[in-house]
Amino acid sequence: MAEKVIVSGGTPLSEDDIRSGKIFFTEDSLDCAYAWDTGVAINRYLAELKKGKIIATECRKCSRIMLPPRLFCELCFVPVDKWLYVQDTGIVNTFSICHVHWDATRIKEGEKPHLPAVIEIDGASKGMGIMHLLGEVEPEDIKIGMKVKAVWKPEEEREGSITDIIYFKPL
Amino acid sequence: MRKVAIVGAGLTKFVRRALETPKELSFEATSTALDSCGLKLEDIDCVAHGSAPDAFDGIHQKGEYLADGCGGWNKPTMRVFVGGATGVHAIIHGWHHVASGMFDTCLVVCEEKMSSAMPHAQGFFLTIFDAITERALHPNLLWIFALEMNRYMSRYGYTKEDMALAAVNNKRNGQLHPSSQFKDEVTVEDVLNSEIMAYPVSRLDVSPVSDGAAAVVLAAEPVARRLTDKPVWIEGVGWTLDTAYWGTRDLYYPRYLDKAARMAYEMAGIREPAKQINIAEPYDPFDYKALHHMEGLQLSPRGKTVELLRDGHFARDGNLPMCPSGGLLGVGNPIAAAGTMKVAELFWQLRGEAGERQVPGNPRLGVAQAWGDLMQVSSVVVAGI
Ligand SMILES: [Zn+2]
Repeated sequence: MAEKVIVSGGTPLSEDDIRSGKIFFTEDSLDCAYAWDTGVAINRYLAELKKGKIIATECRKCSRIMLPPRLFCELCFVPVDKWLYVQDTGIVNTFSICHVHWDATRIKEGEKPHLPAVIEIDGASKGMGIMHLLGEVEPEDIKIGMKVKAVWKPEEEREGSITDIIYFKPL
Repeated sequence: MRKVAIVGAGLTKFVRRALETPKELSFEATSTALDSCGLKLEDIDCVAHGSAPDAFDGIHQKGEYLADGCGGWNKPTMRVFVGGATGVHAIIHGWHHVASGMFDTCLVVCEEKMSSAMPHAQGFFLTIFDAITERALHPNLLWIFALEMNRYMSRYGYTKEDMALAAVNNKRNGQLHPSSQFKDEVTVEDVLNSEIMAYPVSRLDVSPVSDGAAAVVLAAEPVARRLTDKPVWIEGVGWTLDTAYWGTRDLYYPRYLDKAARMAYEMAGIREPAKQINIAEPYDPFDYKALHHMEGLQLSPRGKTVELLRDGHFARDGNLPMCPSGGLLGVGNPIAAAGTMKVAELFWQLRGEAGERQVPGNPRLGVAQAWGDLMQVSSVVVAGI
């Protein structure tokens, strides 16, 4: 059977079309500002980070020790009120070596690539990972399964933020 | 529930930056879809449309803005948005309208114009990360894909070359698609030599940003049979959402898709999807995602997907062609529109109307899937003739 007409419109524009004034455009920019309350569970998490400790919550029903800590177990859908400290060590579950900024522009020549990772924290249930950064390691030496430890900001510089841990370094 | 068929489909070209506004793009795709089945807007009972976050366009309540271009004037019109899964989810949304008996016909229209956001639409995805525990680390959207890709590859010992094979498969198929924004053939070497963005993701592992729209017409059985002798039936639908704590799941397997796929197959009476499905349109914003999703769709055994790909199993003339449209990698990725394009591809392929792209052997059953948010949502549609 013959192919029907199935495509119409979607006229490609080039940078030149815009620069030459053939195509008009208008511009605006939105400046959106927000201040988020940290909530019950995360507020405690951040308060403990400020003290140099990582705290988790445990579900009394499924016994998962959860990070980040939460006020309810999303699997069992029950309230959670058991708090416990976990280690500031863990293993690299997965990682990336990132050479671009969010807008796809490349990092500067000589600038170190960003090293995001999912780190399974010791003392939490198996597979409980948090996203953080790696440091004090050459990118080519990073391995999945590698043991790492948190590098904390000096106490006086901590402010109750996930960035109170600067990064995780190989143990 | 009533039987629902796809009776028409239309697309715009997918381009990096389109002259047309979102509304104009929607109009083009919608009117093409109506023409394709000989209907007028007055024959349409309701509209189900989908498009990405308002922030992309900088237009608040974008669904209301778009409605005119989707034929929504003075009709029951409802927008869905579930991130990247929107394009397939909008079909499910429209299916509900007709299957319920509430309406006999429904236009499903998805549109995306990613080029308006400056300097790059990706910026608006950054707000997907947890505001308190993740955004303070200044994440980049690519991170989650790179983290997932690395986990997937390392779990099975796959290489970057293995992943590049999927990009080449889809991009080759896309060369034949009339909406494709690409002209040049891409080889495995091209993918491997493209600059590294966030290891293991290189530039050609990723689909582009695009502008475009896609539309399909759905009809209840009696209407569908009157309109065409080849209605394409929606035989199964499924969708599920996994937890937003993405760091606490093992990313090597798309659990968010497993249940959605099983739900759709059960409804369609499919017991052995890998044997019964003839064409697959897994969601492929990245090359590894096509393979990852073939596993989640139960179309390939976990960890055996690269082997099957290398054996030609997923080629256009293989046992189970993967992304015969070309997918997001081969046609383009105007997010919501790309998912609907996949369903439109099933429509044309199952009717034998895909021209040069036609999969041989009279395919009878196809599956299309899209995925969105923090490795969370999946929407699946099984279509058959
Ligand atoms: Zn629980």
